[in-house]
Amino acid sequence: MLTLKQIHKTFYANTPDERRAISNLSQTLQEGDFVTIIGSNGAGKSTLLNLLAGTLFPDAGEIHLNDQNLTALSEEKRAKWIGRVFQNPLAGTAPNMTIEENMMISLGRTQKRSLFKGITKKRREEFKEHLAALEIGLEDRLTTKVGLLSGGERQALSLLMATFTEPKILLLDEHTAALDPSKQELILSLTRELVEKNSLTTIMVTHQMEQAIDFGNRLWMMDEGKIIFEAEGEEKDQLTVPDLLNAFQDIRGKKMANDRTLLAK
Amino acid sequence: MITSLYGALETGLIYAIMALGVYISFRILDFPDLTVDGSFVTGGGVAAISIINGMDPIVATLFGAVVGFFVGCITGLLHTKGNINPLLAGIIMMIGLYSVNLRIMGQSNLSLLNETTLFSQLQGVFEFLSLDAIFFAPYEWLGLSAFAPRTFYVIVMMFVVVLIVKKILDIFLQTETGLALRATGDNQTMVRSFSANTNIYIILGIGLSNALVALSGALVVQYNGFADINLGVGMIVVGLASVIIGEVLFGKKSIVRTTLAVICGAIVYRAIYAMALRVDFLEASDMKLITALIVVAALVVPNMVKQNGEKRQFKKSQKALAIKEQKGEVQVANAKTDS
Repeated sequence: MLTLKQIHKTFYANTPDERRAISNLSQTLQEGDFVTIIGSNGAGKSTLLNLLAGTLFPDAGEIHLNDQNLTALSEEKRAKWIGRVFQNPLAGTAPNMTIEENMMISLGRTQKRSLFKGITKKRREEFKEHLAALEIGLEDRLTTKVGLLSGGERQALSLLMATFTEPKILLLDEHTAALDPSKQELILSLTRELVEKNSLTTIMVTHQMEQAIDFGNRLWMMDEGKIIFEAEGEEKDQLTVPDLLNAFQDIRGKKMANDRTLLAK
Repeated sequence: MITSLYGALETGLIYAIMALGVYISFRILDFPDLTVDGSFVTGGGVAAISIINGMDPIVATLFGAVVGFFVGCITGLLHTKGNINPLLAGIIMMIGLYSVNLRIMGQSNLSLLNETTLFSQLQGVFEFLSLDAIFFAPYEWLGLSAFAPRTFYVIVMMFVVVLIVKKILDIFLQTETGLALRATGDNQTMVRSFSANTNIYIILGIGLSNALVALSGALVVQYNGFADINLGVGMIVVGLASVIIGEVLFGKKSIVRTTLAVICGAIVYRAIYAMALRVDFLEASDMKLITALIVVAALVVPNMVKQNGEKRQFKKSQKALAIKEQKGEVQVANAKTDS
């Protein structure tokens, strides 16, 4: 269970550039929840993921994973339980190392790295099995340097590396945005497969409303650091893109109307 | 001529350990570490003063390497915890170590000529067992006695030492820790996202790198028979030259291959150096310039060759395209006259 308690995050506080990225956000995720987050640029989606991953720390509030208080834990410490896939396909893998070596690095998430040989025969077989499940032929290229793979292949590998050690939380930050449409399809279907296979609690940020509706059992729409619209379960299943657009305009419109009346006074 | 090449082989093997150290920082961690100029002397100075004070040469040599490790760790700390740019952290350490090295040695020059060193010990063993005779035998058999070196003990000993160091390094870089170290130099964001503390790996890596550099320094001091405060000047460039020459000439397909290439690179560098010294109008003091030129050549030439190759390829395909276009135009012209 992941709990966010009254999270606040402001950038450049007390300067003219001050920007509220997240304001008073409280949420609870049950195990196995799959949340999709949509919102325009600057809505705070990526900030939220970064706060969860530990690349940023909140100004106020707490983050708990089960009984563990994550709030002040460093990025690498909480990475034990958190898997991430980045938007940039180059960010999630080491280009000058082979596929099996990369898999080995991700295996190190769950266990302490020792001075014993990294890639043993047994592990190689394991890696092969996992890679074969991607069905893009990476299992026959274990000793190929990752830098030689295409963007789609690298992102598929990143996705596998983030998931096969079964993290408690999986964070996907627009992980298909930098790929061409056919590769997007591939990565999305792999995402669905891997998340289901390992029944992972997942948070996925996306720019595409169809994706947000298609995936997961919960949906958050964010704007100016707040969740302005939420849907869950059946309600979410019945959502359509026009519904979302209307919801967005409704809330935005109300606010604009409020501002107008405020200014008119 | 031949004798000087054997000398190059001897010194090349000793400096190969330093080159392996530079390979760790420069290539694996992508951290251009200038500490090397200082830590080389630190290793040499520590070993020399320990030997003079009666320490066993083997222990003294290893002691030098250990001190080098800690010196490297400080550079790593400056960079990771102090947020100092890698180049600057190295320069700061290099300057600081100059004074530290003087303190360690007590004076700017220490002679080991009357001391028992690793090399003199081994020379004793070789003479006692008359092992040189065994190595000379094939030369005599082939009638090449004139081309044999004075003695074999340095070459044999250094060959064994370098091989051991290489093997340990190869194994280490394949361990779970070693893989994380390599990944840290390759993609820090990724390694952190897989629960590895990159700072620790950088500190450890730079420490290891300087341990090898200091080990090399300790051996050089015993080989030369003296320690000098200026022994390390330009050492980083020599290391870079060895790494780059090695990679260009012998390839860098895998870790095992690259470490071998770096060792060979160090030997080739020494050979070039030895040849350059034999040119009449060059003096020993010109060597730093020659070193700089070797590095420039090693950096620039491979790129130029590659670019030229690509250009040629481009021109070829352009020509082919032009010919096709000409044919195409001819067809178009024909079509017009037809109508």
